[in-house]
Amino acid sequence: MTTTTRKPAAPDSRTPSGAARVLGDRRLPVLVTAGLFLVMYAVGLSRYQNYGFAETQVFLNLFIDNSYLLVAAVGATFVILSGGIDLSVGSVIGFTTMFTAWLVERQGLPIVVVIPMALAVGAFGGYLMGYVIQNFEIQPFIVTLAGLFLFRGLCLVISKESISIGDSSVSSMAQAQVSLGGAFLSIGAIVALVVLAAAFYVLHYTRFGRRVYAIGGNEQSALLMGLPQGGTKIAVYTMSGFCSALAGLLFTLYIQSGDPLHATGLELDAIAAVVIGGTLLTGGSGYVVGTLFGVLVLGLIKSLIQFEGTLSSWWTKIATGVLLCAFILIQRTMTSRRKA
Amino acid sequence: MTTTPRWRELTRHHLFWPVAVLVLLLLVNVPFTPDFFSVKMTDGHLYGSLVSIVLFGSPLILVAVGMTLVIATGGIDLSVGAVVAITGALSCSYLSDQADQAAVSGVLLAMGLGLLAAVVCGLWNGFLVARMGIQPIIATLIIMVAGRGVAQLITDGQIITVNSEPYKLIGGGYWLTLPFSIFVVAAVVAVTVALTRRTALGLLVESVGGNAEASRLVGIRSRRIKIMVYVFCALCAGIAGLMISSNTSAADGNNAGLWIELDAILAVVIGGTSLLGGRFSIGGTVVGALVIQTLTTTIYTIGVPTQTNLVFKAAVVIIVCLMQSPKFRAKVFGAGGFGGKRGAKQAEAPADTAATPETVRTMEVS
Repeated sequence: MTTTTRKPAAPDSRTPSGAARVLGDRRLPVLVTAGLFLVMYAVGLSRYQNYGFAETQVFLNLFIDNSYLLVAAVGATFVILSGGIDLSVGSVIGFTTMFTAWLVERQGLPIVVVIPMALAVGAFGGYLMGYVIQNFEIQPFIVTLAGLFLFRGLCLVISKESISIGDSSVSSMAQAQVSLGGAFLSIGAIVALVVLAAAFYVLHYTRFGRRVYAIGGNEQSALLMGLPQGGTKIAVYTMSGFCSALAGLLFTLYIQSGDPLHATGLELDAIAAVVIGGTLLTGGSGYVVGTLFGVLVLGLIKSLIQFEGTLSSWWTKIATGVLLCAFILIQRTMTSRRKA
Repeated sequence: MTTTPRWRELTRHHLFWPVAVLVLLLLVNVPFTPDFFSVKMTDGHLYGSLVSIVLFGSPLILVAVGMTLVIATGGIDLSVGAVVAITGALSCSYLSDQADQAAVSGVLLAMGLGLLAAVVCGLWNGFLVARMGIQPIIATLIIMVAGRGVAQLITDGQIITVNSEPYKLIGGGYWLTLPFSIFVVAAVVAVTVALTRRTALGLLVESVGGNAEASRLVGIRSRRIKIMVYVFCALCAGIAGLMISSNTSAADGNNAGLWIELDAILAVVIGGTSLLGGRFSIGGTVVGALVIQTLTTTIYTIGVPTQTNLVFKAAVVIIVCLMQSPKFRAKVFGAGGFGGKRGAKQAEAPADTAATPETVRTMEVS
């Protein structure tokens, strides 16, 4: 307390006041998102108390119903932290559902063989995009846009019709439950949480993670410092492709079919979740935990609208847009203060 | 040998490659449909593949022209598809409430209302980008996500159909034997070219795209220019929205103008406008949009399954972008021995050959 009372008497531009320090803290957006999530959850509790909103399963369903979005958003977090963008996420997810369904149903391959193949294809697609972005200096926006077209087109080349999966091992995997007290989690949700934990470790405790932040913060400086940025960029897009393919597998389990139009526009949800989770779109600042809260907030909007019952589905889009706008403005005020 | 310098000068012209691709695509159709280039007169209207390419391509041309100016300032507008949906939804829902849908005043009011909504969207984008200093991709992402929701809110999730002769004119009607939308597109392109090339406006847009801060210090109101281009882009998208909804006599909040922003950006890139901003070519964009529409038509006529459309599109994007990348050209032509001397020269100064002559030329030629 003594320090704060002393400060106004001797203003010093180098030691920011308490308020400025709070506003300049990089963790603030994550805390704001977490707070927002809690407030929304509390509102849900008070409004739909009698409709079973308070059950643990309703909370766990947020993870089950959004597991694929969480995995895709974790991949997008890496790309955005490195200062790039990946528009191909939704298409790769759609392609993976189609590819998996086609191999399992039409070719009769066991799912255990198909899973590594699907992951490899997604990662290879990401690698190619990263390679082009790095070596030919074409903007990530355009390269991944081409990826969006390519994978969506490949979906349609496999089949124009949706393929439903009747394979018994797939459905038993999809219906497997891990009970936690009175409630349960699906395999997809557990995989998503493992991916989140792995991403957290990689970003904060490995050399690769530091490089991602460094390149996103300032590519020029990272280059001058001697960081091998080429490899890092390619790795980031490969990882995003891998995460998208994994998200596609989770989506296949969740919905048990392949459809050329699955997950259209999901890349926007993933990017929105990352932004709402407090990651700066210019790169270099943000936390993967924030992405978790971003996904949970988006999922909570959906379930609140379901519980309300009278609201139509398009309110989800409007609410997402409004939240996106609010968080972008918060980020903006924060970064301008830090510079000043 | 006398033709060589002229040939080289021709290939260096910024419109050469886009036009070459367009002509090539058109020629591909001839073996499959021998009367591809013939234009027939039926019921006083002109019919033919060429006419339908321009007719179906006209909303894309409009959106792409607006997008060109935004990209020239170093920005990007992802919200055009949503603006298309909002404009169509608002106009059609207003029109369907009228007692007399064929009344010209009512139709004009409906269109005015739709375009007003488009301008508001453009102002909002411009405000976020120029005043708040938010990255264009993100600022316009907001309307891209929320806009479709708003459009569905306006139409109440339904597809609103209208039955109005005057409204049908802008997207599906004929005038002087040609589709009316061709005249609308021609007018918009002519006004844009006149404003950007006959006045200093085009130069100002390019200078803002080249370096916004430097332009501001020189005395150009770069913020105002930026807001202006976003409003213009949204207005173009709005007109395209009227066209699409009038062509189908219906407003579909979910699917109208879906992915048109990606096609428009693609058209701009094919037309030779750099995504980094600082130079633009309206003529190139129009050719680029026609290339995309011709590609779609070609895929239909040569009988390739239509679902491969997107794969073709992806291939075109990749090839065009790789050709535009100085590094790629240096690598391939430099190492592959594509005329040793020229390759070496390109490898030495790839940035110069790519940027300087074209910049100068685009400033003179529309």
